This record gives sequence, structure tokens and C-alpha cells, in this order.
Amino acid sequence: MITVSDVSKVYPTRHGSVLVLDGVNFDVKPGEKVAFLGRNGAGKSTLVRLISGAEAPTSGTIRREMTVSWPLAFGGAFQSALTGLDNMRFICRLYGLDWKERVAYVEEFSELGAYLKEPVRSYSAGMRARLAFAVSMVVEFDCFLIDEIIAVGDARFHEKCRIELFEKRADRALIIVSHDAPYIRDHCSRVGVLNKGRLTMFDDIDEGYVFYKSIQHV
Amino acid sequence: MATVANLSRAWAIQRRVIGALFIRELLTRFGRHNIGFLWLFVEPMMFTVGVTILWTAFKSTHGSNIPITAFAVSGYSSVLLWRNMPSRCILAIQPNLSLMYHRYVKVIDIFLARLLVEGGGATLSFIILTLFFSYMGWMSLPEDVLKVAFGWFMLAWFGCSFAIFVGCLAEETELVEKLWHPISYFLLPVSGAAYIVDALPPAFQKVVLILPLVHGVELVREGFFGSHIRAHYDMGYLATINAVLTFMALVMLRRVGAKVVPE
Repeated sequence: MITVSDVSKVYPTRHGSVLVLDGVNFDVKPGEKVAFLGRNGAGKSTLVRLISGAEAPTSGTIRREMTVSWPLAFGGAFQSALTGLDNMRFICRLYGLDWKERVAYVEEFSELGAYLKEPVRSYSAGMRARLAFAVSMVVEFDCFLIDEIIAVGDARFHEKCRIELFEKRADRALIIVSHDAPYIRDHCSRVGVLNKGRLTMFDDIDEGYVFYKSIQHV
Repeated sequence: MATVANLSRAWAIQRRVIGALFIRELLTRFGRHNIGFLWLFVEPMMFTVGVTILWTAFKSTHGSNIPITAFAVSGYSSVLLWRNMPSRCILAIQPNLSLMYHRYVKVIDIFLARLLVEGGGATLSFIILTLFFSYMGWMSLPEDVLKVAFGWFMLAWFGCSFAIFVGCLAEETELVEKLWHPISYFLLPVSGAAYIVDALPPAFQKVVLILPLVHGVELVREGFFGSHIRAHYDMGYLATINAVLTFMALVMLRRVGAKVVPE
């Protein structure tokens, strides 16, 4: 269970402080798949970082009673001067795992081949996504945080992710940030829409989507 | 009991995080090319050897008749501690921001990993140079190893707390990064590395002894030369300064830790 209570986040900027999240409340039960929608800059990625614990909320509390992955996002998680393999070793050491027995899986899933021994800064967005996914799968979390990263992959990568996430790990919780309506409809049971710092949760995906569309035209 | 279990778990995570960051630092700094990790102490060794040769060539014992090699090794090694530690902690967070996506990685871990690399490198080079030069007959081993170790430890403590303080301050204002280079440069001649206090005029002695560093270097020197010199130090003074610096560093860490946004 993840419980987010009254969470607000303020960022200082040159023109005063900006309230990105304003009194956000929700919870995620084990095995639940929850999606987050919102316009660019609505605070989706911020919310995901707060859930992961990488950043602290300005006020409010977040209780994590299951293991939560780092945000699987476009940036972050990897040190770009290091190779993919060194980054994988780093993450395994960080989570107290033996990397040797996990290299084969990462090699196979990421399909990076010789690039695994090249610096991550030379990778394309798709290659980074494959590496991030492969490494998070070997660490094995109870809840995976996915911030739009599946979107960059090709069909083959999508299919692999689907098998790993929704078949082999159907019992895990997922928190997904995506703009892809069919994807959310297929995979999630609840959706939260972020608008002006406020979060509205919907148990019906279509209802949430209609609301999301309506705020886009204002 | 629950608190003890929590503490031991926290300690286990802390060790894992710093261990992982330590290896990550070694990799980006020294890589796997040519001599790799050996640079960790070859780098400071080259500095110390260079200074030793220079000082020997100019016969500059800086106002004393103690052996130049031992004087240079003990002096310059101590410089590495207080100068390189802050240098490595300034702007340490930026290149590691992406790693802060992992919940366990905090600002203090990044600093501690770098301090471990820096302090370890300086200590190794200090020990190896002392043993090597003694073997070559250019200097003799310290008269009192414990005194050397204690002085070294106090200098390292000063270096660490000062480094974390300066490292945090650099996150608040970029002035720190610009000012650190001239400050460290001007500190070098007065730090105690290039003179012994006893050789200075009494009035000037009082002034340099305001610098906490000098006390540590003097104790290291007493450990090396013992009866040959009259060292001036007050470890209580250095310990007090260190404790205050550590406290200030921890306060700053809290401030900065709350502000850092992972990339």
C-alpha cells in the first residue's frame, strides 16, 4: 500500500514560488494499476518523484508499505559518463543484489549488445528506455513507477514490456504517466487527472478521460 | 528493540550506498585506462614528490635544520587533505543528480563517497611515500607513529567537515566555487605545510596559530621529528573548531538536502 496524504510541493522560481501540487490525496493498493493524466507541466513527473522518495514533499506525508521502483523516466537514474553495464552494477550494489547473475537477463532484454559497454550518454532515448526497464526488472519491486518511458520504444519493446509487466508481474502495482488513451484503458483500473495542482481520481477510465479532455480546451 | 533493528538496517543501506558511490567515483575519475585506480594515490604522490624535489633543490627548509624530504612529505601530504577535500565537494552534486533518482542516494552520501576517495588517496600516498623514502634512506621513519596518526586523523576530520560545509555553501551561491581557488592558494603558504611554527617570530606565531590547520600539521611533525623540533599545538582548539565545523556542515546539509531536485 502507498498512501499519499495532503501532499503539496512548492518550487522556488525567479518569479516567486510555484505551487505544483496542492493537497494531493490518494492510495495505491498492492497489484493496482493507476494512471496519471495531465497537461505538460501539470506536475505528473513531480508526483512520481515524490512517490519514489527521490524528492521530499513540501508538506504532507507519503507512506510506502511496499518496495517502490525509482521513476522509470526519460532522464535520471543513470550516470551518463558511465557505461550501461557500470550503471547496472551501481544499481545492483545500491539495492544489495549480486549483479553477476543478472547480467544475462539485462543483456537479453535490453538488446544493447556491445553498447552495454559504451557510456550511457551515447545511447538513444529508446536504448535508455530498454536499459532502464531491464535493470528495474532485475531489482524486482512491488510497485513500478513508469513515467512515459514505454512510449519511446518500438512495437517489439512494447510487446516485451507487456509480457514482463502485465503477465509475469501481474501481481505488482503500477503507476503510469501516459497520454496514450488506449494503453491506459487496456491496462489501468483507475486514473488520476492533475489540473492546476489539484488531483481528481476516477474509478472509471473513460470518465477520467472526458474530464481530461474538458480541461484541455479551457 | 525496534529502533536497534531500524538503525542496523539503516546502517546496512548507508554502507551499500556509499560503497556503490565510491566505486562509481573511482570509475568516472580514473576509469579503466592505463593504470586505472592506481591514480588514486599516484596523483597525490606525483605532487608530493615534485614538491620534495623542488624544496630539496633550493635547500629550502624554511627556517629549520630538519631533513627536507620528511619535511616536504609531512607538509605537502597534509595540504592534500584540507585542500582537495573541499575542492572535490564543490559542485559534487550536479554530476550525481541523476543518481538521486534512487531514493537511497542522498547529498551526504555523495559527499562522503568523494571524501572517502580523497582521504583514502591522500592517506595511501602519505604512507607509501614515507615507507618508500625511508627505504631509500632519504628520511627516517616517524619517531612516534601514534602522534602522526592522531594529527593526521584530526586534519582529515577538519578536511571532511570543512569540505561538506563548503560543498553545501557552493550549492547556495556560485561565488564559493570562484572564491575557493584563490583562497586555497593563499592558504597554502600559511597552512603550516612549508614552515615550522617554532622558526617564526613569536608575534607571528600567535597569528598563524589562529589557523586550526597549523595545529594538526605541527602534531604530525612532532610525531615525525619528536625531540628535534619544538612543536606548537593545541589539540583541544583544533577539536573544538572541528566540532563546530561539523555542526555547521550538518545544518547546511539539511538545508541543501531539502532543496535538491533530482534531474
